[in-house]
Amino acid sequence: MSAALETTGLCKNFGALAVASAIDFRLERGARHALIGPNGAGKTTFINLVTGALRPSAGRILLDGGDVTALPQAQRVKRGLARTFQINTLFRGLSVLENVCMAISERLGVAGDIHRPAGSRREVIDQAYAALERLGIADDAPRLVRELPYGRQRLVELAVALGLEPKVLLLDEPAAGVPSTESGIIVEVIESLPQDIALLIIEHDMDLVFRLARRITVLVQGAILVEGTPQEIAADPRVREVYLGEHVSP
Amino acid sequence: MTSETAAPLAVEALVRGHRLRLVEIAPWLIGGLAYFLFPDYLALGAQILIGIIFSLSLDLILGYAGIVTLGQAAFFGAGAYTAGLLAAHGWGEPLSALVAAGAVAAILGLISGAIILRTRGLTLLMLTLMISFMLQEAANKAGSITGGADGLQGMAVWPVLGVFHFDLYGRTAYLYCLAVLFLAWLAARRIVHSPFGRSLTGIRENEARMHAIGSPVFGRRLVIYTIAAAFAGVAGALLAQTTQFVALEVLSFERSGAGLIMLIIGGVGRLYGPFIGVPLYMIAQDRFAQADPVYWDFWIGLLLILVVVFARGGVLGLADQLRRRLRRTR
Amino acid sequence: MSAALSIAFHGVAYAMVLYLISVGLSVTMGLMGFVNLAHGVFAAAGGYVMTRLMNGHGVPFPLAVAAAFVVVGAASMVVERLLYRRLYGADELSQVLMSVGLIFMSVAGAKFLWGPLAQPMTPPDYLSGQIDLGFRAFPAYRSFLIVAGAVLVTLLWLGLERTRFGARIRAAVDNRRMAQSIGINTTLLFTWTFALGSGLAALGGALGAEILAIDPGYALEHLIYFLIVVAVGGLGSIRGPFFAALLVGVTDTGFKYLLPEFGAFFIYALTLGLLLWRPQGLFGRA
Ligand SMILES: Nc1ncnc2c1ncn2[C@@H]1O[C@H](COP(=O)(O)OP(=O)(O)OP(=O)(O)O)[C@@H](O)[C@H]1O
Ligand SMILES: [Mg+2]
Repeated sequence: MSAALETTGLCKNFGALAVASAIDFRLERGARHALIGPNGAGKTTFINLVTGALRPSAGRILLDGGDVTALPQAQRVKRGLARTFQINTLFRGLSVLENVCMAISERLGVAGDIHRPAGSRREVIDQAYAALERLGIADDAPRLVRELPYGRQRLVELAVALGLEPKVLLLDEPAAGVPSTESGIIVEVIESLPQDIALLIIEHDMDLVFRLARRITVLVQGAILVEGTPQEIAADPRVREVYLGEHVSP
Repeated sequence: MTSETAAPLAVEALVRGHRLRLVEIAPWLIGGLAYFLFPDYLALGAQILIGIIFSLSLDLILGYAGIVTLGQAAFFGAGAYTAGLLAAHGWGEPLSALVAAGAVAAILGLISGAIILRTRGLTLLMLTLMISFMLQEAANKAGSITGGADGLQGMAVWPVLGVFHFDLYGRTAYLYCLAVLFLAWLAARRIVHSPFGRSLTGIRENEARMHAIGSPVFGRRLVIYTIAAAFAGVAGALLAQTTQFVALEVLSFERSGAGLIMLIIGGVGRLYGPFIGVPLYMIAQDRFAQADPVYWDFWIGLLLILVVVFARGGVLGLADQLRRRLRRTR
Repeated sequence: MSAALSIAFHGVAYAMVLYLISVGLSVTMGLMGFVNLAHGVFAAAGGYVMTRLMNGHGVPFPLAVAAAFVVVGAASMVVERLLYRRLYGADELSQVLMSVGLIFMSVAGAKFLWGPLAQPMTPPDYLSGQIDLGFRAFPAYRSFLIVAGAVLVTLLWLGLERTRFGARIRAAVDNRRMAQSIGINTTLLFTWTFALGSGLAALGGALGAEILAIDPGYALEHLIYFLIVVAVGGLGSIRGPFFAALLVGVTDTGFKYLLPEFGAFFIYALTLGLLLWRPQGLFGRA
């Protein structure tokens, strides 16, 4: 059976810098998979390649068995791919509700409509609220995103992605910049995601990684160093050297 | 429980813009009254109404979708020459010519947009400039068709609806333009408050996010670029029909620039920015520029700098700020 | 043959002027990210300073040219601090409109101070007439323009390669944040770079006054050519605009000479095609 997401020989160069070199990666259906690696390893770049925000220099990307390498970002989203950004990427001047509505309108295919006024579709509003409630931020619905503290905006970021009802969800450090009081809800939401969603999570916080992930891939300087179960990764001496040594032990 | 109160509030904010407010009747009251109060200025009035349509077209692409263009006159001119050439070659029926002009401009917008809208920033700016300069140069050199630098003469425009002749006082011209502006306003209003219009705002606010939620950004930009081109074309056609003349100037950089300036004075990204900025600018120009064009340029330049640095929202932005401050002190 | 030579000669002379004026614009747009439509104002100002000094006060040509460089460079620092600085990082529309405002004011100011007519430019005796190179005679002033341009370009390039200031500019163009993080004071750097670019534009305006006449509308009239040179050359590039200027100078001269009935149409069409093919320009980074 084909993987939810697969890349073969994925490469990306910025000038002379190889940020992704021949990455062969499989994300199984229903996976709980973490991508870890030191700063600048190329994790975010990998997500950008998969979503189509960046064009690969070489290699292929398969979504649910279909080649999407040449497809624009929107087409990949239509096929069930969603992501969150490492740094909040939201409509700062719009309300929290509208941020989520925008995503849901796109998914329902009504975002290009000029015949009915925005906000007049019950199903869009209802689904947006459902997403907000799931993250416990329904009260913030009328507020402008830029008026919210950064940690709260992080939850909106997640709500927007959930509003797309993805089959493959890529989370780029979802808890970065979130105070511990609110990171709990992020973990809960991630844990309660439907089992058929394939999840790839980039995270520096090792407690979180070991709590959420059933598989871990370690990326170093644009190449996969090793992949395995959390136990295998924790025991791997190379990982300890390049990664855990740096980040876990104080 | 709180979400029950938050819900209607947030939804209310979404649909509020769409509901017609009382003040939105004001432009039409003023426009109608002006017809009776200033019978000697109806020609200027028609120019203002045309300017508003043109500025509205800029507002749609620039204010809402965030596409910075310096070449919108290309579409204005295309519309003007379409209507002008039709009338000069025996088809003076104004309404059908208006539609034809809008269509020609829209096609031009669609084709040029499809080519240039993949670029961003300075490159896009340059491409919009190049297209309008090319058109102007072409119109200039194709003197046998367009009249070149002498302008297109010999237009014969028939009465509107077969009844209302274009008169010397500009009465028909004024009401004709007012009616077309009204339709343009209805269309623009519908667009900006629709999900499509909101998605344009989304593109302006954060393009990366729009891509990530699966929005066909290029297509959306192309659609609004085409619609705005049609608006500009209609405005150009109105100018040609009401003045019975087309000068090369309709394609000029100066016209694109003046449209931008009027828009920013009124308030860019607001439906009513053009309704404020265009009359302000053009009435002031009529008063002061004839007397001393040098001073006029100087003060407009200074005003522009001041607006950009201190009042990015234009007159409407200032009004909003004032209202907010009053509410806070209360 | 002689037509081709003539086109090449005048095209290169024109290109020198275009490059001197545009190189500063390329840096402002690339380094500061500022869409500056008012750059021609500094070139015009240089032309005015030179012609006023020469015609009004009998200042010798070399001195008047040097004065144009210094005066305009210094004045531009004030403008940068007062206006441009506020809009670094602002949206393009604000920058465009601010610089259009600046053009309007300068056009009006020039008209008010020196009238609507072009300022006469009479080269000094030793640069007038023709130079006979045996096989052919060339206009002396334009020959001088080519030589002077070449010297200035060489100086500029050497200066940017060999001096600390140049190294800093190049570092900042390459990677602004990196430059800041290694302790380059970009605020000061921007001001000096802006002044240098404006000073060079003033030189171009002054030296080129015989090709691009100094009149109030200068900044607006020739704007499109400066922009073309920068866009074709590649934003932020120092050398790109030089080759772009050569390309634009020679082709434009050629088309106007051979196909005057098409005017500037071809140069616009060429630019359009080129930018569609390479949106970052010939020497810009993708
Ligand atoms: N657009 C770009 N142009 C040039 N270099 C880039 C670009 N984007 C990223 N890089 C470089 O690619 C490398 C990988 O960046 P990336 O953001 O993918 O790392 P990361 O693993 O996500 O790091 P972090 O943990 O800090 O988020 C870095 O060295 C970065 O400087
Ligand atoms: Mg990252």
